[in-house]
Amino acid sequence: MQLGHNRWCQGWLLALALGVVVLMAPGLFVLAQEQPRSGGELIMAVPSEPPSYDGHREETFGLIHPIAPFYSLLLRVDPNDYTKVVGDVAERWTVADDQLSYTFTLRKGVTFHDGSPVTAKDVKASYDKIIFPPAGVVSDRQGQYTVVEAVEAPDDDTVRFRLKWPSASFLLSLASPWNFIYKADMLAKDMHWYEQNIMGSGPFVFVEHVRGSHLVGKRNPNYWDKGKPYLDGYRALFITDTAARVATLKGERAHIEFRGLAPKQRDEIVKALGAKATVQESPWDCILMVTMNHEKKPFGDPRVRRALTLALDRYEGSRVLSQIAIVKEVAGVQVPGTPYATPPEALAGLAGYGTNIEASRQEARRLLKEAGVEGLSFTFKNRGIPMPYEPLGIWLIDQWRKIGVNVNQEVIEAAAYYKVLRAGEHDVAMDFQCGYIVDPDLDLYKFLSVDRNPSNYSRYSDRVLDELYDKQSRAINPEERKQYIRQFEKRLLDEEAHYIMTLQWQRIIPHSAKVKGWKITPSHYLNQQLDTVWLAE
Amino acid sequence: MHRYMLRRLLLMLPTLLGVAVLVFLLMRVVPGDIVEMRFAEGQFFNAELVAKERARLGLDRPLWRQFLDWLWGMVRLDFGLSMWSGNPIAHEIALRLQLSLQLALMATVVAVLLAIPLGTLAALRQDTWVDYVARVFAIAGLAMPSFWLGIVMFIILLAVFHWIPPMVFTPLWENPWQNLAQMIWPALAVGYRFSAVAMRMTRSAMLEVLREDYIRTARAKGLWQRLIVKRHALKNALLPVLTVIGLEFAFLLGGLVVTEQVFNLNGLGLLFVQSVARRDYTLVQALVLLVAFVYILVNFCVDLLYGWLDPRLRYQ
Repeated sequence: MQLGHNRWCQGWLLALALGVVVLMAPGLFVLAQEQPRSGGELIMAVPSEPPSYDGHREETFGLIHPIAPFYSLLLRVDPNDYTKVVGDVAERWTVADDQLSYTFTLRKGVTFHDGSPVTAKDVKASYDKIIFPPAGVVSDRQGQYTVVEAVEAPDDDTVRFRLKWPSASFLLSLASPWNFIYKADMLAKDMHWYEQNIMGSGPFVFVEHVRGSHLVGKRNPNYWDKGKPYLDGYRALFITDTAARVATLKGERAHIEFRGLAPKQRDEIVKALGAKATVQESPWDCILMVTMNHEKKPFGDPRVRRALTLALDRYEGSRVLSQIAIVKEVAGVQVPGTPYATPPEALAGLAGYGTNIEASRQEARRLLKEAGVEGLSFTFKNRGIPMPYEPLGIWLIDQWRKIGVNVNQEVIEAAAYYKVLRAGEHDVAMDFQCGYIVDPDLDLYKFLSVDRNPSNYSRYSDRVLDELYDKQSRAINPEERKQYIRQFEKRLLDEEAHYIMTLQWQRIIPHSAKVKGWKITPSHYLNQQLDTVWLAE
Repeated sequence: MHRYMLRRLLLMLPTLLGVAVLVFLLMRVVPGDIVEMRFAEGQFFNAELVAKERARLGLDRPLWRQFLDWLWGMVRLDFGLSMWSGNPIAHEIALRLQLSLQLALMATVVAVLLAIPLGTLAALRQDTWVDYVARVFAIAGLAMPSFWLGIVMFIILLAVFHWIPPMVFTPLWENPWQNLAQMIWPALAVGYRFSAVAMRMTRSAMLEVLREDYIRTARAKGLWQRLIVKRHALKNALLPVLTVIGLEFAFLLGGLVVTEQVFNLNGLGLLFVQSVARRDYTLVQALVLLVAFVYILVNFCVDLLYGWLDPRLRYQ
């Protein structure tokens, strides 16, 4: 009896153990699968090609996507958390108590692809080129670093930035994805060398670039972060036509397109690939804005501008347009979900952001009448790019019609568009902004007075707004900074209605489910070094 | 004959000069420029950046100076650098020329293989079911844009076979199968439309020739129909068809913009459109001159072929 009972217990225990193993097996399998796997070539479709290879000079994502993997930065945005900054070439850093000096200690063992070590001299030379470009050298983002007094390299492992005033965004600005670290010796020989040549210290090494066709990179075996990159290499296919790109993804000739696709294209790919596709979505640090030329009557009158923003039913627009266009969220001056985004209660208090659209439109009509421009009609200039300019343009015209404003749309070819805006030849036009880092300094810069920022196509001077910008830029305390940003936003979008925000873009990335280790961010310029990316079997 | 050839070759020069002046001026009249195109979206765009870049590209020099410098370069066969990429234009064109040339040749072969037999058959069997089928075939080819046909091909390949052609061009000698897997589809799409044009011309020309007295004489003499068609009719009917084929071939070299986009072909057509959109003056100018030269050359070759085909037309 004892023996039988023992056997029964053993049998029961064995069955229990087997059951546990069977139940855990899928989880263990998934866990094993989720461990980064080395090998494979990532194939990405890129809608645009880099004009040159110089990240300090260009501003197209068509450069970042294929070229960023070849380069290191001093700091970078954390691939897993875009709100944080981590070191790339920099191992650690200290900030002086007065916030006027940032000292970085570089990692040991970081080398360029030609084998030479990356030193402080190289970092200084790269930043001098960005911040203090010599004659004849274009630095597209020089204006972001007016706060920098000097860049110093006291020894091979130390770089110091001395600032003119404290800057809340300085660390984030150093994590700009454009700030490739170049070799000082190359720059000394020829400041334009990096326009036609690639030689960095990043996770991948340049192999070939066939213009108009593709670009190939292979794994850097001497990358400082041992074990990475996981991929053997990557291939960027330059495919300008959207339908061809979608077909490439559907036909599994490419794994991913890092910029973003429209909802319909996402649905097509998911339908074609089923479980073989994954979709990542995020609010995007891009927005279309309506710019009203303050120098042209009646748009110099804030009542008219307020009326135009009050007319817009943003929430209904979001519901409808998000099904057909790359727009979704209703937002203020910062991307929803980011540290300085507008809280709902603050958003609701801005003109045009209330939920009672009828009341808003009634107020809009009243303002137009008070301003003496009932039955207002004007020409709205829009840029000749289908997505999302076209649907948003149509939406705006429809919304304005509801308050009795008649609008005639004039579509202007992309190459000629900004010349028209800069010449002030518009009454009302569509303007655009895409941030490469989600940061108030960058995102609010556009709205400074026109004598401080010529890209302010509303062409106003507003010293109150300028002062608020400077205050938020220098406010090291985040809560204090938020307050200034809210005040800035209130004045920009409500009191003066200098600009009208439409809807925040929505970044939609359908991709092969094999692609792992890449997390979407609100900026299509970020997280493109591909060192964390791997391909599942 | 030699004097004629020399005269024709020399006449190319004023034609090309005229084209050069026209394209130079037209590009500068069109609003927008490459600096705006490239940098205007940036948050920190300013007048200093514009001035720097325009100086670098030579756009701040007087127009006449820009034209003469460019023209002098052309004379020395130095096409200069692309304003957009900074790469030598000769290199940019050479990269794409191979693909465009192959596509043009393949499409021409498809067109000729379809058009001449079908057109001839349609003429010989005028007003029979053979003729009607051939004409429907031709009308369908004329009605369907080649890029649309390409899109349909893509959809069918993807939906039925879960396969699409390769998206990267591989030269024929490197991997013939990979090359043909990509190129056969656009060649068929373009060739079909091309064949429709040529087929109708062949049919018309054949009908006209078959009514000639010498054909009636040949029949009266008891010659076989096959011999009449091959030795007498076709040779004469081919003259206008040759012109059409020549002009279409020249068009194919730089005119297949949308087809190249649909199939993602890195050809001259796409380069053309991109360089115009970017206001890459030097590249547009070089491409226009190249296409003009090709048209002139093809016409010249067609005229020479005329002389070979028809002894009456050999110039003394």
